[in-house]
Amino acid sequence: MKSIWTITKRELGGYFNSPVAYVFLVIFLLMTAAFTFLIGQFMDRNQATLQPFFMWHPWIYLFLVPAVGMRLWSEERRQGTMELLLTLPISLWHCIIGKFLASWIFLTLALVMTFPIWITVNYLGDPDNSVIVASYIGSFFLAGAYLSITSMTSAFTRNQVISFILSVVICLFLVLCGWPPVTDVVETLAPRSVVEFVAAFSVMPGIEQFNNGQIDSRAVIYFLSVIGFPLFATNVIIRGLRA
Amino acid sequence: MIKVENLSKSFGPKNAVNDVSFSLERGEILGFLGPNGAGKSTTMRMITGYIPPTAGVVKVGGNDVTQNPIEAKRLMGYLPESAPLYTDMTVEGFLGFCAEVRGIKGADKAKAIDRAIDMCFLKSVRHQSVDTLSKGFRHRTGFAQAIIHDPDILVMDEPTDGLDPNQKHEVRSLIRRMGQSKAIIFSTHILEEVEAACTRAIIIDQGKIVANGTPDELKAKSELANSYVVSINGTESSAVRDGLGTVIQSAKVTIVTDKAPTVVARVFPKKAGADGELGQAIFAVAAQNNWKVNEIKKEEGRLDDVFRNITLSDTKPQ
Repeated sequence: MKSIWTITKRELGGYFNSPVAYVFLVIFLLMTAAFTFLIGQFMDRNQATLQPFFMWHPWIYLFLVPAVGMRLWSEERRQGTMELLLTLPISLWHCIIGKFLASWIFLTLALVMTFPIWITVNYLGDPDNSVIVASYIGSFFLAGAYLSITSMTSAFTRNQVISFILSVVICLFLVLCGWPPVTDVVETLAPRSVVEFVAAFSVMPGIEQFNNGQIDSRAVIYFLSVIGFPLFATNVIIRGLRA
Repeated sequence: MIKVENLSKSFGPKNAVNDVSFSLERGEILGFLGPNGAGKSTTMRMITGYIPPTAGVVKVGGNDVTQNPIEAKRLMGYLPESAPLYTDMTVEGFLGFCAEVRGIKGADKAKAIDRAIDMCFLKSVRHQSVDTLSKGFRHRTGFAQAIIHDPDILVMDEPTDGLDPNQKHEVRSLIRRMGQSKAIIFSTHILEEVEAACTRAIIIDQGKIVANGTPDELKAKSELANSYVVSINGTESSAVRDGLGTVIQSAKVTIVTDKAPTVVARVFPKKAGADGELGQAIFAVAAQNNWKVNEIKKEEGRLDDVFRNITLSDTKPQ
């Protein structure tokens, strides 16, 4: 356990030793604000809800989470530090989890820094704070799911750009395959059972539940498995690289 | 401390390492020699547990590297080829990270960092970010990382690569000093390094061990070992050849250069071990003929000759 934390600390330090962390935080906060106020029409709605804030998270994360995670393993491969890391007396699992946690903590920090909007909505009206808490938890899991996929794609390649693009595509698929505007169109082309099967992989139903204030154990299990499977795949890929 | 048994590694159809076996004890410094692509790095990566072997066993301090990797890795310090480092950290931060991963904490950690920084002459760059360091300093930081936990076993892939002559000298003496209490393997293709630092050398070519012995034993394999080079002024080369031909201890005489007024001849011994007598006989012949002898020199044998002879296979024209 201690070695996981050592890895996590180093990775987190890596974000803050470079401008990446600050650029990311600023962009993330600007984007969430822009989407909430300009496109989500937060003010004009006259409703004490953060729904126009959280509804954009699957789309904003789509680009920002792969940007945070794309270097996780590809940079280790490019710099050759993977050889150093994996000859230290720690298991590969500890490295994978340590690195993943570092990025997840960083994303959570970014999410926490959106707290002024929570204060704002409480100041202006009387929102259901339990719904807001559930939505924050959903957003936290969503970031973890995207991140885990990015961890997997970054183990594929030593090129960060490829890692970024691959993870955007996979995450986009997980969004679109259960997003009603897309499934409605696909339903006219494919049998309903196929569409439903594919839609079951989507992050959207789970996220909608969280955004409605429900913390459903099925949604939690869904997200934990979407986090777990790519981490497992990361392990397999890195083992395969060395064999 | 290290036992390598029938180690093989193939990448697809290519056999990178083929049935390599050797062992290493405390107090030994093993030089790993071979042309580029001979399988040196692959062997070291298998010893340090970075890549799994296709066949064979590596035991480090009694621990099988494949089955008990964490214990085995704990005993080893490893400097990978070209010394990869986390460039976003300072030298001190990086060494601290390596110490912490190896379970060194608190006051011990500070002590370990100080010790490694002292040994590798890193004081002046201690708080500098790794990506601003020159190649020599980077290499020494990699070295410091490998010795941070004062390991019993050190594995180094080309530890002097890219260093200037002074730094090379420094690293070699560091290796020699540490070799008294540790088991050390390092790879190189600089042959003087083997003579300067190793107690034993292994030459590997196309994945196979082709020679294993002390540097002196290897040198003795040279054709030139124990021959004498005689340089004489003012005598015809034919006269020199005939004169030296009368030496009964000699098997063969060759003329190395013949540029008037100097003739340089090489006298090969008939059998090993009688080289003292051969030298005396050459002196006697020279005195008899009143040759003006500039120099008589006994050849120790050259490691690079031996190296070339046994590893030339892949550069020879087909």
